[in-house]
Amino acid sequence: MIDYNKYLNSNIRSVSPSGIRKFFDIANEMEHVISLSIGEPDFQTPWHIRDEGIRSLEKGKTWYSPNRGFSDLLNEITDYYERRFALTYNPSEQTLVTVGGSEAIDLAFRTLVEPGDEVIIPQPAFVCYNPLCVMAGGTPVNINTKNEDNFRLKASDLEAAITPKTKLLILPFPNNPTGAIMEKQDLEEIAAVVIRHDLLVLSDEIYCELTYGGRNHVSIASVDGMYERTVVINGFSKSYAMTGWRLGYALGPAPLIAQMTKLHQYGIMSAPTTAQYAAIEALRNGDRDVKHMRDEYDMRRRLVVDSFNDMGLSCFEPLGAFYVFPCIKSTGLSSEEFCTRLIMEKHVAVVPGTAFGDCGEGFVRVSYSYSLKHLKVALERIREFLKELNNEG
Amino acid sequence: MDKLLKLLSKNAQFSTAEMAAMLGEPEDYIKAQIKEYESKGVIRGYQAVVNWEDMDDSFVEALIELKVTPKKETGFDEMAQMCMAFDEVESVYLMAGVYDFALIVRGQTMQDIAMFVAKKLSTIDGVLSTGTHFIMRRYKDRGMNLTTPDSETDERSQFL
Repeated sequence: MIDYNKYLNSNIRSVSPSGIRKFFDIANEMEHVISLSIGEPDFQTPWHIRDEGIRSLEKGKTWYSPNRGFSDLLNEITDYYERRFALTYNPSEQTLVTVGGSEAIDLAFRTLVEPGDEVIIPQPAFVCYNPLCVMAGGTPVNINTKNEDNFRLKASDLEAAITPKTKLLILPFPNNPTGAIMEKQDLEEIAAVVIRHDLLVLSDEIYCELTYGGRNHVSIASVDGMYERTVVINGFSKSYAMTGWRLGYALGPAPLIAQMTKLHQYGIMSAPTTAQYAAIEALRNGDRDVKHMRDEYDMRRRLVVDSFNDMGLSCFEPLGAFYVFPCIKSTGLSSEEFCTRLIMEKHVAVVPGTAFGDCGEGFVRVSYSYSLKHLKVALERIREFLKELNNEG
Repeated sequence: MDKLLKLLSKNAQFSTAEMAAMLGEPEDYIKAQIKEYESKGVIRGYQAVVNWEDMDDSFVEALIELKVTPKKETGFDEMAQMCMAFDEVESVYLMAGVYDFALIVRGQTMQDIAMFVAKKLSTIDGVLSTGTHFIMRRYKDRGMNLTTPDSETDERSQFL
């Protein structure tokens, strides 16, 4: 037997695979599970967007694209940031099309982080930041956002986490799993600290089109003094229901994007050609679809939040993404116990908050990326589950 | 578009409490609003979308084109009233284009419909011609897919 460990990069080996796997395995093996655990849109990509992808194939557009992406797409992306967020980027120097937002995040870590560097990552957050930081040689420093702050990142908490080794702040808002957003004033307070300590920010804005209650997403890059310190990550997965197309992008200062482009060029070559043609159509003619999906999510969001509060699980009102993050402490169960019992007893799958960092203990993530019909059935079962728990106690 | 009407026209089975939550309005307001729509005739009724194909007691439907001469005083309205009066007629639409009315007519058999058109419709004073198109199969009706079984499988993978 070969001992492969001696060949393996110890840095990579130190990263544990996603802990939530075993829970998903239970969900997958069980029949008639009603899931509220999936983190992608339930909508199919709007037809006119799919059709452009198909058309490009019919026309035989099957080659690599330029490394950075097709210029038409780069132009549409920068137009979009201009019209939506009043941010001006140069399509040929400050823009890079990637294989999903995830690749862009990875590129940013590997471009910016050196061994010894500390990266501040608020939690609960999407699972990729800590591992990607470690694999790039950096040291993640987690800040716990709190229910009482509506899971927003507080400037004082940021200040307290900064050391001389701090280089980068990850800003994942609108947030998966909490549904929290950061408003202009919150960002200005964060920006003041970032500038004072001479840090950079990676702003993951993948859920930027999914904000509710009349609040438009604000990018930290639009705060004074932050444009030159921010790498914006975005993509098509959530806004246009294009997860499977694997297409994202990064926007930022030219010297940073140039280095990220190098990594992308040697590691990936170019993002999928078909997806890029579809994405051009999405940005040109997809505003109506975005609004339609946002309105649908918004109705579901209200229904789910209302139901949880009505059941006695306090649930702060999430203003972004498509998740709610109810507190389950009143049940006396841990997040994992709650989820395991809910799936065993009522066949409903939700995700333990601990999957998104230890501070997620006491919470569960519920995705409302499901039809209203589906949500109603699932919520009814959760209500029964809580009633039965109450009777036990 | 009115959000409440949009919601109801898609699915009329939500409770007023659920609709109130979804639309962010008080439940009393929703109740009052529905009552008002009903009394004003904005909401005419609530029906199930049925896939009759799976049922034994099926029937046939046809789309009938009608060319007519409009009346001097009443235009097309009088003709529409006459068509609506028949129980066999499910829907009556005034059309722009090469014919004037489109009717959806329902019968037990094709023969029923053929006889209805020949004896009842084409004999109405002012009807110039008819054209009958039998509906063979419904794939989508009122926004709903009638072909796939209702319990669609979720093809999405588990990711966070």
